[in-house]
Amino acid sequence: MNEGAQLSVTSIDVFYGGFQAIHEVSLKVQSGEIVALVGANGAGKSTLLNTISGLIQPAKGRIEFEGESITAMDPSQIVALGISQVPQGRRIFPDMTVRDNLVLGSYNRNARFKKEQNFEMVYNLFPILKERKKQLAKTLSGGEQQMLALGRGLMSSPKLMLLDEMSLGLAPIIIGKVYKALRKIRKRGITILFIEQSVRRSLEEADRAYIIEAGRVVLSGKVADLREEEEIKKAYFGI
Amino acid sequence: MASEVLIDLLNTVVMGILLGGLYALIALGLSLVFGVMKMINVAHGDLILLGTYFAYGMMTHLGVDPILSLIAGIPLLFVIGFGIQKYLMSRAMGRSMEAPLLIAFGISLMLQNLQQILWTPMSKGLTTSYALESFGLGGINLPLAYLFDFIAAVIVMFLLSQFLNRTYLGKAITGAAQDRTAAQLMGINTGRVYAFAFAISMATAAFAGVFLGLTFPFTPQSGTSFLIIAFGVVIVGGLGSMIGTFLGGIVLGVAQTLGGYFLGPTSQMLVVYCLVLLVLALRPQGLFGR
Repeated sequence: MNEGAQLSVTSIDVFYGGFQAIHEVSLKVQSGEIVALVGANGAGKSTLLNTISGLIQPAKGRIEFEGESITAMDPSQIVALGISQVPQGRRIFPDMTVRDNLVLGSYNRNARFKKEQNFEMVYNLFPILKERKKQLAKTLSGGEQQMLALGRGLMSSPKLMLLDEMSLGLAPIIIGKVYKALRKIRKRGITILFIEQSVRRSLEEADRAYIIEAGRVVLSGKVADLREEEEIKKAYFGI
Repeated sequence: MASEVLIDLLNTVVMGILLGGLYALIALGLSLVFGVMKMINVAHGDLILLGTYFAYGMMTHLGVDPILSLIAGIPLLFVIGFGIQKYLMSRAMGRSMEAPLLIAFGISLMLQNLQQILWTPMSKGLTTSYALESFGLGGINLPLAYLFDFIAAVIVMFLLSQFLNRTYLGKAITGAAQDRTAAQLMGINTGRVYAFAFAISMATAAFAGVFLGLTFPFTPQSGTSFLIIAFGVVIVGGLGSMIGTFLGGIVLGVAQTLGGYFLGPTSQMLVVYCLVLLVLALRPQGLFGR
């Protein structure tokens, strides 16, 4: 059933202390796809990404990446396998230079010897980062920080990138630029699983989507099909 | 005579700068650990003293020069530090805010009693031929030990800041200090990085211990005064850079010697403490902190 799936999450439960944040969630992502996680705030989308990244351990269920079980792995092992997360709020290292932020992106041993190559790729995608490479990250604008966070995620030579709310706090023009860069990243064959505030944009950019509500998958499928769903139209467009 | 006063003043300031170097040496390790793990290592002073007593043991039982004994002392304290963080502190850090503090306090007590049993409460010194000499600098006479301390401090500060700024591990330590979760997402094993940071802190403590022993007499209780100085330096200098901590040490040293000059030797530490309070009140991030 999950044959060929690059990432497969099977029936996971995730708890925050006593509170169950995720109930029996299953999803899969094929290599090269771009999949959106859509849902209201607090629905558990970030928790899901953090669980895949190994920051949280599921209480039940399995997570597999390219056939290998990563359920019990710690974050550094998961990055080494090729999963890279660009966290919500960017979380760049504020008192380090743009360049050092990128260098840390290549920390894992598999990515270190590709550092110069990846630098070139990131600087080509985001020339502004090359311009500002000696500046402290905290002096960058919101949009530039988002590009830095994306660039940093790319430095680990990922096969799958998890993006958590990239458009948070950004002006529409900047959001457009960021997603334009994302399309270029896709062209390199990198798989994307992303959370995006705007349902409209999620459906614009993604091949498939999962709708998450209160920690459960309530709807999923190809974007073209989802567009027709009455529930989506009602819930998200107030139609 | 005005020129005599000037020379005396200059003498005092230079002494203060050199002494400040020693103070910086004491504080650099604490600055690293406090900056990264946000942990107040109250055992820092006693761990420095461990380095001092180790050098003392090497000197009295094996006749090894204290500075030479660093060849064994630094790796020894490095390993001890790595072990303390990896096996004790990491478990404590998960439990509560106070647990690491308590463990450090426990280590401090154990060390103080250990030194007392091993070496008696009598005051000792790392007395070598060169430690007692003085040298002339344009009309002023200064203790040679002070100059050694300063040079040692500059070397350690330079090595530490090169390490932090230029190596992967150094940058990882810096990054983990600023955002632990983001560091984990980069694939940085923060547990191991913390252990290295603590181990490096202990390596600098070994260094500081030897130079302290060369400069001043010590007893098993001296660890506490070292800790107080280290804190004073970190508060005045601020966190975030090794150079900032170094300059903090200099400021403290000069404050002490100038205080002694103008108000007498009994008041010199008072001036230092007042300075610390002033900085805390007016510029809590330290004079050179971020």
